[in-house]
Amino acid sequence: MSKAIIEHSVASETFNKDEPYVNWHDETLWFVRQKRDKSSKLLPEWEHLREAASGIKNYVLSHMDELLTAFEENAKQNGVHVHWAADAAEHNEIVLGLLKQHNIDKMVKSKSMLTEECHMNEFLSRNGIDVIDTDLGERIVQLRNEPPSHIVLPAIHLKKKDIGDLFHEHLGTEAGATDPQYLTEAARQHLRDKFLTRRAALTGVNFAIAETGGFVVSTNEGNADMGAHLADIHIACMGFEKIIPKQEHLGVFLRLLARSATGQPITTYSSHFKKPREGQEMHIIIVDNGRSTQLGRADFRNSLKCIRCGACMNTCPVYRRSGGHSYHNAVAGPIGSILAPNLDMTKNADLPFASTLCGSCSNVCPVKIDIHDQLYKWRQVLVKGGHVPQAKEIGIKAMSIVLSQPRFYQWSGRLGRSVMRTIPFMVNNSMNPWYKQREMPEPPKESFRDWYVRNRKE
Amino acid sequence: MTSREKILQQIKLNKPSEMALPSNFRFDSNFENTESKFIETLTAIYTEVIVVKNKEALLAKAAELYGAVVNRATTIPELGGWADFSLNVSDPHELEMIEIAILQAEFGVAENGAVWISDKYLSHRVLPFITQNLAFVIPRKALVNNMHDAYERLLDTTGWGCFIAGPSKTADIEQSLVIGAHGARSMVIFLIEEEE
Ligand code: SF4
Repeated sequence: MSKAIIEHSVASETFNKDEPYVNWHDETLWFVRQKRDKSSKLLPEWEHLREAASGIKNYVLSHMDELLTAFEENAKQNGVHVHWAADAAEHNEIVLGLLKQHNIDKMVKSKSMLTEECHMNEFLSRNGIDVIDTDLGERIVQLRNEPPSHIVLPAIHLKKKDIGDLFHEHLGTEAGATDPQYLTEAARQHLRDKFLTRRAALTGVNFAIAETGGFVVSTNEGNADMGAHLADIHIACMGFEKIIPKQEHLGVFLRLLARSATGQPITTYSSHFKKPREGQEMHIIIVDNGRSTQLGRADFRNSLKCIRCGACMNTCPVYRRSGGHSYHNAVAGPIGSILAPNLDMTKNADLPFASTLCGSCSNVCPVKIDIHDQLYKWRQVLVKGGHVPQAKEIGIKAMSIVLSQPRFYQWSGRLGRSVMRTIPFMVNNSMNPWYKQREMPEPPKESFRDWYVRNRKE
Repeated sequence: MTSREKILQQIKLNKPSEMALPSNFRFDSNFENTESKFIETLTAIYTEVIVVKNKEALLAKAAELYGAVVNRATTIPELGGWADFSLNVSDPHELEMIEIAILQAEFGVAENGAVWISDKYLSHRVLPFITQNLAFVIPRKALVNNMHDAYERLLDTTGWGCFIAGPSKTADIEQSLVIGAHGARSMVIFLIEEEE
C-alpha cells in the first residue's frame, strides 16, 4: 500500500471539524465503556481474574515456542494442517495458494484483524479472488471501501443514515430507510446467499489451546460458524500470541473478553474447533509479522498479551474524539499505538503521541497491560531514534530541561501563570497546539508549591 | 531455513526468562440458586426458559408452540413424531429450509446463560446456526455456576463444540441491538425436570 499516511494530529483535526458528530462518537463509545463497568462490577473476583489472565499470559510469553510446537503437534494429530508465515506477504501467499489448489475464487470471511493487518483482502482481490466480509460491521465498511475503525465495532464511526444510503446503493433497500432492524434483515438475506454458495471460509482465532490443538472463535452474529460449517475448506489465521496453555484457562479469558468489550457476560457464540468435520479440510496459519521482534523488546512485549477486547479504545479520550481511522493502522487506539511502531517506527512515530497518558486504558485492560507506560516509553525511543518531527522533538527537549531543573521549573511556572492571566491571547491562539479543541484552563493564582510553602508555615 | 524454524528460533532468542503459570485462576460463584440465576441471565439476553416435567410434556409443549410451523427438525428421539424435516442429509446446505430446530444441549452455565452443544449430539455442526429459530433441551440438573465449572465438565472434548448464549444478534448499526443477524432469530430453553 503506497497511500500517503496522514499524521494522527492532522487527521483528528479534520475529524473534529463536525462538532455534533464528534460529540456523538464520543458519547457512543463512552456508553460502551459504561456497559463494561457495570458488567465488571457484578463479579467480585474481577480484579483477581485480571491478575490471573495477566499471569497466564506472562507464562505464555516466556514459553511461547514450546506452546506453539505443542499446539502444532496436537492440531496435526487432530487432522488439521498447520502453516507458518514469517510476515504478511507469506501469510497472504499461503491463503492464495490454498484457494488456488482447490480452484476456489470466492471466499467468505469472518472478522479477523490479522488479515486487516496483512492487507489480505486487497492482495486476494488483485489475484482474482472475491472475498466477502460477513460480520455486519465489516461488511458495511467493506462496501464503503474503507478499513474498520474499531477492532470490535468496525462501523462505529457511521450513522444510520450513512448505512441506509450505502445499502440502498448496494443491496437495493428503500431510499432513505434507516431502521436498524430493516437494514440488518437486508444484510442477513444478502449474506445468507453468500454463505450458501461459497466453498471456502476464513476465520480469525481468539484463542488457540496448546494442550488440545484446538482454537476458539467468538462472534455475536454466528457468521464464523455459518461460514466454516458450510465450506469445504476452513482457513483459520492467528497471530502466534493467541496461544494459551490449557483449555481450562479459557474459563478466565472468556469471562473477561465480552464483559470488557461490550459488557455482555459472554459473546453469543464461542465456537471450539478441534477437528475438521467429515469431508472438510481445516488449515491454521500461524503468523509472526513482527511479533517475535516485539517479544524481544522488554519494554513493549507485554503488548502481546492483548486479547483484542477494545476496552482501551472505548475509554480513551483521544480515540473517542479522533476516530479509529486517524490512527492509520489496522489496530487503532491505545494498544494499536503500541503495536504500530513495532512494525514501522518512521511511519507510525506519531501514534504513541496520540494519548493523554491519563492511564484509563491500563485501568480497564483485562490482561493488565501497562498501556500508558508503554506509550510513554515509545515516545522516548522514537525521539532518541530521530523518528519524531522536529517541532515535537524541540518541545520534548525543552520539557526535559524544565523538568530536570527545579528552580527553572518554578520560575517558568510563575511566568506561565502570569502570562495566561495578564495576556491570555499569548496562549489562547492557534499557534499553541494545546489550544486546539481545548479551552485553556483558568490559571491558578499560585502554584501548589507556593501554596504548600505558605500553608506549612501557618 | 523454513519460516517455521525462523519464527521459533527468533522466539527462543527473544522470549523473557521463565515466568510461572498461576495456580489460582478458578473462582467460585456462590449463587443462591443456580437455576434462578440461569433463568435470570437468559431472560436478559432475550431467551425464554420453559421448565417441563418430562419428555412427554416437552412434546406437548413443542406441539403447542410450533404446531403451525413447517420444517421442524430435532435431535431428540422422543420428538421424532413432532419433526417433519429429516436430518438424514449428507450435504449441510440442505438444512437451509429449517424453521425450528429443537436440539439436545449438554449443560448450561448460570453466570452467562450459555449452553454447551457439541458433535456428541449433533450430526451437523451448522444446524444451530442455519435454522431460523432454535430451542435447546437440557436436564434441569445439568447446570453449573460459572465458566470454570464449565471447563471442568469439558475435559473430554469432541471435534467441535460451542457455547451458545441467546439468539444471534448485532449492534453494528449505531449500537442499536438487533436480534437475528445470521444465526437463529429466537431462542427457547427447555429444562427437563425428571431426567436421570
Ligand atoms: S490492550 Fe487490553 S484493553 Fe486494549 S484491546 Fe488489548 S486486551 Fe483489550
